[in-house]
Amino acid sequence: MDPVNIVEGRVSDLPRDDVDTDQIIPARFMKRVERTGFGEYLFHDAKQAPDWNVEIGNPILTAGANFGSGSSREHAPWALEDAGFRCIIATSLADIFYSNSTKIGLLPVELPEDQVRKIAAAGEAKVDLEAQTVTAGGDVFPFEINPDTKYRLLNGLDDIGLTLRQVEMVAQFEERQDAAGVRKPSSLDLPPEPIATTPVG
Amino acid sequence: MPKTLFDKIWESHEVADNLIYIDLHMVHEVTSPQAFDGLRLAGRPVRRPDKTLATADHNVPTDGTPVASRIKDALSRTQVETLERNCAEFGVPVFSLGSDRQGIVHVVGPEQGLTQPGMTIVCGDSHTATHGAFGSLAFGIGTSEVEHVLATQCLVQKKPKSMRINFVGDLPFGVTAKDMILGAIGQMGVDGAVGHAVEFAGPAIEALSMEGRMTICNMTIEGGGRAGMIAPDQTTFDYVQGKPAAPTGEAWDAAVAAWSELYTDEGATFDREIDVDVTTLSPRVTWGTTPDMVVGVDGAVPTVDAAEDEAQRGQFQRALEYMGLEGGERIEDIKIDRVFLGSCTNGRLADLQAAADVIQGRKVADDVYAMVVPGSVQVKIEAEKLGLDKVFTQAGFDWRGAGCSMCLGMNPDVLQPGERCASTSNRNFQGRQGKGGRTHLVSPQMAAAAAIAGHFVDIREWSAADVPSPEPAAV
Repeated sequence: MDPVNIVEGRVSDLPRDDVDTDQIIPARFMKRVERTGFGEYLFHDAKQAPDWNVEIGNPILTAGANFGSGSSREHAPWALEDAGFRCIIATSLADIFYSNSTKIGLLPVELPEDQVRKIAAAGEAKVDLEAQTVTAGGDVFPFEINPDTKYRLLNGLDDIGLTLRQVEMVAQFEERQDAAGVRKPSSLDLPPEPIATTPVG
Repeated sequence: MPKTLFDKIWESHEVADNLIYIDLHMVHEVTSPQAFDGLRLAGRPVRRPDKTLATADHNVPTDGTPVASRIKDALSRTQVETLERNCAEFGVPVFSLGSDRQGIVHVVGPEQGLTQPGMTIVCGDSHTATHGAFGSLAFGIGTSEVEHVLATQCLVQKKPKSMRINFVGDLPFGVTAKDMILGAIGQMGVDGAVGHAVEFAGPAIEALSMEGRMTICNMTIEGGGRAGMIAPDQTTFDYVQGKPAAPTGEAWDAAVAAWSELYTDEGATFDREIDVDVTTLSPRVTWGTTPDMVVGVDGAVPTVDAAEDEAQRGQFQRALEYMGLEGGERIEDIKIDRVFLGSCTNGRLADLQAAADVIQGRKVADDVYAMVVPGSVQVKIEAEKLGLDKVFTQAGFDWRGAGCSMCLGMNPDVLQPGERCASTSNRNFQGRQGKGGRTHLVSPQMAAAAAIAGHFVDIREWSAADVPSPEPAAV
């Protein structure tokens, strides 16, 4: 993941609540086994509505409440990122979407509705992660973010690398669980699968 | 200090601050290929393949395709074959096409006895909360997190806030677990539980079968909550006992003793609590494009004037247009084209039995195409032993193979634009069941009755007037 700090530029606006992940990217476009190339399917069906006027290609997207609700598909933030978005500013973001975005460096920002509307109306904004502010139309709006998440985003750190530094603690936890007789089921205890063979004909 | 069920499980799995240990990681073909790729690039192994299980479900055709290499859609085939290859390379057990244990990930875990009380369970799928029905902490994760769990068997997670949804009163006749959860979502909204781990409680919950409890927890995410759970009790223990991966002998007794401590202590507090009065619930039918756009079958589609504000007015307007409905239309007057019985919400044996009881000796309406998709190959086998396949096919239902099927439009089972479906699945989002498809979420009983009548009917009157009293469910 590349480090994230300043996102600056034009704002696209999708002033709706409950924009779900099926609207962001319909399931039929999730069949790729790569991480890239989902941008062309962003809002694929939603953008065919006559009243659709969201510009694609700007770095910032503003939206209403509960943006990214529904499925856990990381394909939703992948599609937004692949299409050029670097920051989503919404009244609220769905839990899994928020978490997924932070894993790929797509900056999630939650602000009250009146502030999101002002940013959208300004048409351009500067998001400063270090300072935790959004500057738009002469106003400065501070936002909250978990300090660990912020540190990781600012430094472009890989979560797995960080956790593997604590691998001793994981091993100790596993030993404690075993010693306490907490025997969790093991998928390897199930009878093995017969070897699959392709039928002839 | 008194603790909640959620606190107890969380605290017993904390490895470090914001780092929790995962007891069971379930994997499927859509959200895992990029995670395995990441491992390969970094030269990392799967830390605990013995705590990992993969199934193929989202892409699986339900037409009896015997092996992955026979899947006609090239991209779907690649995804399933990639899963098989990744699992072979990393030593992860996989139930794919051709296995008699293949099925929807959230049906397979419980039926194999892998899902047990007190565990932490994750899967790259938002309906993972299903497993919380056993008193486990289970939630959906994204692909980067899948890779993280594969590599470390841990998840970086800030502790969510806690919420309890109390179902008050006894469930009326004809009202099911599906109606309870749709009722709760209708009351609190689709973002009502965002940021919270939810415990479902109350006498109506305790009275439910495990299948009913799974239906409730399954749809926690439709209210915005990432995890939903129910305290385990005798119903839970009876369900787990004898399953392939369940403990036996002395280990079973020790497990039950430990599981019996998993409840919310008297006096423990939640960040948020709401009551849902089940005595006033009627069978629910969604009318719009989010699961909280829901009314009773005895009601009508709301008009835009019922919206609380301008934003909601716009939402209502768009939903009505998409669904092809007029405000004020009676729910029972809505005609349907298709019926989908299945999914991780309602694709278990008890769900199929409940639907079979309704349709016994009847015929699907002439202009309706109705399909039944067992949640797993095991559900299919058990249903066929009971002769349910005959009940369905004689009524004119299509009896299919196991998979996610028409819940999400990733396999050949999709709605055509404009088609209207009574569906036992979990999401009525625009395009969810196929581009332009119109989804009404209902219980299995309501879906079955709608298939026969060709429009929605009130199962409470239908049962009393037209159907011989159903046998009590055996499961």
